[in-house]
Amino acid sequence: MTGVVGAILEAWDELRIHRVRVLLALIGVACAVTAITGITAAVTMVGQAMQEETERMTGRDTTLQAWSMGSGQMSPAEVDAAVDGVAERHDISYHSVQATADLKVRGAQAGDYVEWSAVDVDHGTITRQGMEEGRWFSDADTERLAPVLVVNQAFLDAYADGAPATAHPTVVIEGETPVAATVIGEIPVQWNDEGPRALMLFDQAMHWFPDRVMADAYRFWVPPELAEQFAAVLPRDLAAAGVLFDVQPPQEDPLVIDRVLQYLVLGVGGFALLLGGLGLLNIALVTVRYRIREIGIRRSFGATSGRVFFGVLMESVVATTVAGVVGVVVAVAIIKNIPIDRIFGRPIDDLPGFPFDAALVGMACAIGIGALAGLIPAIYAVRVKVIDAIRY
Amino acid sequence: MTATPLVDLQGVTRHVELPNGSTLEILRGVDLTVGPGEHVAIVGRSGTGKSTLLNILGLLDSPTSGEYLLEGEPVGRLRSRALARRRGDDFGFVFQQFNLLQGRTALENVAAPLLYARGKQFWNRTRLATQSLTRVGLGERLDTRPEKLSGGEQQRVAIARALVRGPRVILADEPTGALDVETGQAIMTLLDDAASETGSALVTITHDLAIAARADRQFRLADGVLVPIRLDAPAAVAENAAAATIAVAETARQTA
Repeated sequence: MTGVVGAILEAWDELRIHRVRVLLALIGVACAVTAITGITAAVTMVGQAMQEETERMTGRDTTLQAWSMGSGQMSPAEVDAAVDGVAERHDISYHSVQATADLKVRGAQAGDYVEWSAVDVDHGTITRQGMEEGRWFSDADTERLAPVLVVNQAFLDAYADGAPATAHPTVVIEGETPVAATVIGEIPVQWNDEGPRALMLFDQAMHWFPDRVMADAYRFWVPPELAEQFAAVLPRDLAAAGVLFDVQPPQEDPLVIDRVLQYLVLGVGGFALLLGGLGLLNIALVTVRYRIREIGIRRSFGATSGRVFFGVLMESVVATTVAGVVGVVVAVAIIKNIPIDRIFGRPIDDLPGFPFDAALVGMACAIGIGALAGLIPAIYAVRVKVIDAIRY
Repeated sequence: MTATPLVDLQGVTRHVELPNGSTLEILRGVDLTVGPGEHVAIVGRSGTGKSTLLNILGLLDSPTSGEYLLEGEPVGRLRSRALARRRGDDFGFVFQQFNLLQGRTALENVAAPLLYARGKQFWNRTRLATQSLTRVGLGERLDTRPEKLSGGEQQRVAIARALVRGPRVILADEPTGALDVETGQAIMTLLDDAASETGSALVTITHDLAIAARADRQFRLADGVLVPIRLDAPAAVAENAAAATIAVAETARQTA
């Protein structure tokens, strides 16, 4: 116990005495650890941002898309009921119709086009639907007497005089029975110059405009490990329920390229760490030669050769450990202060936590490189004859 | 029945092989016993093997032949780890050039040997080092670095360091060699007193007869042979070291 504590204290003391020299060598190690840890975290973050962007378009991992192949004489409401029944039987918690609707807003000119969708409440969860203002649909909205809408800025500009969604402007939707619909939320635009876009709850669309809605696509959010199985089972069960759907099997993992990038970064970081370690080895060798007399004096105090070896080795290890901690702290500071909104254009919903495994790998590499850099000087220190060392 | 001596060298030799293949005999059949608390001085010219003898006594070097018994135990049978432990536990070194650790304060220098101690000595090292420095009169200079201390003060730090683990034997290699006569005398008084107080044996190597005369017994090392001698009273020697007479009481061994 005292041997280990003593060796660590001794190593720390040495570093304190030779701090300027050691500091220079350690900057490289700290930078490499920062690079390894920080870039791993950044790549994880970029991956998450890209995945969220993808999920906004296609649904969360793993979302199965089902496309209608024709449903015979069944009405959209009957198709929806059949799909709901299948989803319930398979315990699929989140699924949503993505129906197209052909509706006209009062006041629209000929040639004006609004992209209408009729969806379920779950659509918002499945596609990570973010809101600019107002809110997404809730289950309570299905009970409302008048329809509610979630629209984009272009829709508000065209049909609500640019009023904010929070002011709950109303628009009249033409039909056999015209109805005033209230805007409850504004969704972000998907691309620049996007035209008016509006979403309505499927149940309300079916109530007010049953002939203008097509239940032609569905999304099922299923556990990734069961995705393949569901992709096979769902069309069969839906067919048995009387509706024909083509279910797309899950897509390949879109993050493969990120992993490649991550390995590349780790490789570059590892190389930087090696260079830092070589710098440290250089300094350690020079320092040991300079300290031979001192090592001899310590032998006269009763330091065993094992203790001298361990002491010199520990100097490197303690130094690179400190550098590793500094590197990780710097990486944390950088990652926590990345202006995510500015870089990715929008906040990340599920911001990944700091990658502790990367921090641990960085620390382990730093300690390992310290041990390697300390090994040669330690062997050198032990091989020096005590009496020669004292006279040195 | 006589008590077992603390240090007992029996017919110790030390040879080294020279690069040209010849053998240099540094020590030739040295016999020396040192009892607990005894003060012994070894005089001799430069290059006569004094430091080699001291290194062997302090377990820093090993004899080519002969026996070294430490409290009756042959040290030749000890493994290097056990040797290092006994060196740390039983011996305190005072060197001519002080050999203080640069960049450390006086307190850190004195505490340094305690890093290799165990138990209470290890955990109480700062307190023990402070006590040791106070004993040598440097209680007010604990945080001073060696380069800011005078030669005499540096040697006092070295003495405090040699005493801090309570060694059985203090080995002093020319402890006054780098000091002026007055400071040297003061340092030797301190060393003698400290060794007496702690009950440590003191083996001093010196070429200064006045210093050697302070010891209980004196030896002369010449051509690798250790011969007991008797020096005049310390006061007389101090007054005129050059005129001091060396009376060879007994010729223990002749060179071959």
